[in-house]
Amino acid sequence: MDFRPSHDQRALIAGMRTLLSARFPREKLREAVDAEVPETTLDRSLWRELGTCGFFSLRLAEKDGGAGLGLPESVFLFEEAGRHLLPGPLVATHLAAGLIPGVAEGETVVTALEGPGMVEHLAIADVVLVLDGDRGCLGVLEVTDGHGPSVLAGRPVRSVDPTTPLHHVVSTPEGARALPGAGVGGGGLAGDDAARLLREAALLTAAQQLGSAGRTLDMAVSHAKNRRQFGRPIGAFQAVQHLCAQMLARTELARVSVYAASLTATEIDIAGARLLADEAAVRNARDCLQLHGGMGFTWEADVHLHLKRAWLRRAQWRPTEDAEESLARALLATPGESPGENREPFE
Amino acid sequence: MDLDRTAEEEEFRRGLRAWLDATLPELPPKPSPDDWPARRAYDCAWQRALYDAGYAGLHWPADSGGRGALPGKHLIFLEETERAGAPYVGANFVGLLHAGPTIATEGTAAQRARWLPPILRGEEVWCQGFSEPDAGSDLASLRTRAVRDGDAYVVTGSKIWTSHAEVADWCELLVRTGPPDSGRRGLTWLALRMDAPGVTVRPLRTLAGSAEFAEVFLDGARVPLSHRVGAENDGWRVTMVTLSYERGTAFAGEVVACRRTLVRLARAARENGRWDDPALRRRLGRLNAEFGALWRLVQWNTSEAEAALRAGGDGVPGVGASVFKLRYSHARQELYDAAADVLGPLSLDADHEWTTGRLTSLAYTIAAGTSQIQRNIIAERVLGLPKGR
Ligand SMILES: Cc1cc2nc3c(=O)[nH]c(=O)nc-3n(C[C@H](O)[C@H](O)[C@H](O)COP(=O)(O)OP(=O)(O)OC[C@H]3O[C@@H](n4cnc5c(N)ncnc54)[C@H](O)[C@@H]3O)c2cc1C
Repeated sequence: MDFRPSHDQRALIAGMRTLLSARFPREKLREAVDAEVPETTLDRSLWRELGTCGFFSLRLAEKDGGAGLGLPESVFLFEEAGRHLLPGPLVATHLAAGLIPGVAEGETVVTALEGPGMVEHLAIADVVLVLDGDRGCLGVLEVTDGHGPSVLAGRPVRSVDPTTPLHHVVSTPEGARALPGAGVGGGGLAGDDAARLLREAALLTAAQQLGSAGRTLDMAVSHAKNRRQFGRPIGAFQAVQHLCAQMLARTELARVSVYAASLTATEIDIAGARLLADEAAVRNARDCLQLHGGMGFTWEADVHLHLKRAWLRRAQWRPTEDAEESLARALLATPGESPGENREPFE
Repeated sequence: MDLDRTAEEEEFRRGLRAWLDATLPELPPKPSPDDWPARRAYDCAWQRALYDAGYAGLHWPADSGGRGALPGKHLIFLEETERAGAPYVGANFVGLLHAGPTIATEGTAAQRARWLPPILRGEEVWCQGFSEPDAGSDLASLRTRAVRDGDAYVVTGSKIWTSHAEVADWCELLVRTGPPDSGRRGLTWLALRMDAPGVTVRPLRTLAGSAEFAEVFLDGARVPLSHRVGAENDGWRVTMVTLSYERGTAFAGEVVACRRTLVRLARAARENGRWDDPALRRRLGRLNAEFGALWRLVQWNTSEAEAALRAGGDGVPGVGASVFKLRYSHARQELYDAAADVLGPLSLDADHEWTTGRLTSLAYTIAAGTSQIQRNIIAERVLGLPKGR
């Protein structure tokens, strides 16, 4: 066993970090935040560049134009995206690569409707993945000539996250067609394939949350070292130290859960990783805000952007209650006294 | 020990209720949160209406334009106005809830007569100029200087996070009159006119998107010596009075308002089905206990203040104010987190009233002294534990 990222994986992470620092530096983020038209928060040329770099096609076989890599590598890239608050329906687009033409290359933007609720970036999306929760299957709606909102009868709302425009959709539309190649009649990708995509969506969302949690931890620690009150850095006060220490503990627990789930890809591991990563992202952003004092409450500071994005991501791709319930059920489903399927924490 | 109200108090409650029933439906629509002048006008018109009906400054002394009642009567006022959903104090927060009470306690007769009646009539709005860029939690390290020049102080420096500075007429201003390293012993509490030459206000945007607070630059602004409250270099003591009112009593009415929101949350949850989730139901149940207890704490602290007043004291809230501030600010954040849970996807709609409430609740554990500072105060000044620094 060597749980640590390999040499190649570390290189991949570093490459993604370099790409995002160059192509989506803080100034770009702030431009998106203050964009007059929320739809312009998604930069199509950056999207294409992500496509070129293999962000979407990473896991496709090499013969299909991908890199033949696995879920762990995707998780590393999504963690970096979360760190940088990269806007856009990254998860839906990544999942649709190989299923829908143009997606892998970054030409096509894919968003998702997981049932009645909020849909992100609907007005700029080319395709909407439609999840039919009752039947557990996924279909697609083609959104040609920017009619997304009308197709779905969605109402634009002023999104709490300034870089993620939202539409509120009250009912799942008719007319979603089967995902190409899914080979399932009557409306989409079903059964095991759909379930697998949904698990992956939850995990990649967790990876973004993990990245955000790591970033707000760094911001908090850096502020604690630099901001002085009472003649010393505020990081010298135990109250501040303990907040930072808890942030670190949250981040590390989330990190190992997310990484492990990317290896096992089991329902239960992903549910647990998701809960811990959601909590780390939201709580760390809150603590980071608190440690910034009055500055943390301003529009100018970035910390609110992490908090708002974390709220939004938490509501996507598998509700908290679902994850909690499946983790609880797993306890009873397990024969004997072992603490969990595939889980022997003290072995 | 009892929680009883006198017949006279119940009579007062009935009268107030009838007045609210008749008055609230006639109020104009609330102005947009971005329109500060309109907000000021709205808040002041409401204060004026209260004044005209005899409900302003119930527990302020008569020589301050008040009605000289004990603070307990004021609690009935808070219960009834908040329960009825009457307008929030808004722009009059500082004037009514801590600058005014400070002047009532520490000001001279002339100062009380000059400044307090216009607050009660909704004519003059106050703001608070304590914090500076380098002096937040460590307020006593502030550097804005006031130098005597004839019959005035000349003030130079800058303040930050000054709430509703844009529409204020007056500022309770804390300045350094002693040498730079004089700490708490070199501070003075002044009343500054916001339209004085040399005062510049630059609005700052909050994470909720609106400009609730501002930077205030002071470049040789003159403050007459007669506008000093308390003695020169005794400003820290006066400031402790201000902060005691701010932390101990200023949010009392909000507790009632939060309970009202909680009831609305439960109803909304029952309507949209979220009520079926036992975890959510119990969470709302716990919050009911929390806000109930906070109101009991308000009643307890009020009884202590009344007893002190009867014994000839000043009735300024004690360090227990920090217990209230600490607990209330967290309870408010939990309330709006629970609201997000009730709302589900709609909690991501920034125009929803409860989403705005959730965003603004984030300031509560920072403004008026952070939670960390409240815990330090409780540990050191209530419990007598040794100072950690
Ligand atoms: C919405 C809002 C409105 C406000 N309105 C006003 C106003 O009208 N007038 C006014 O004067 N001020 C106002 N303030 C300012 C407020 O009082 C300060 O923000 C607050 O006192 C903290 O100061 P700071 O921002 O400099 O943070 P800092 O003091 O820099 O604190 C940063 C972090 O360090 C922690 N910390 C600092 N010292 C210690 C310590 N000794 N032990 C443990 N932890 C510590 C703090 O808890 C915080 O988490 C407002 C603030 C907000 C958010």
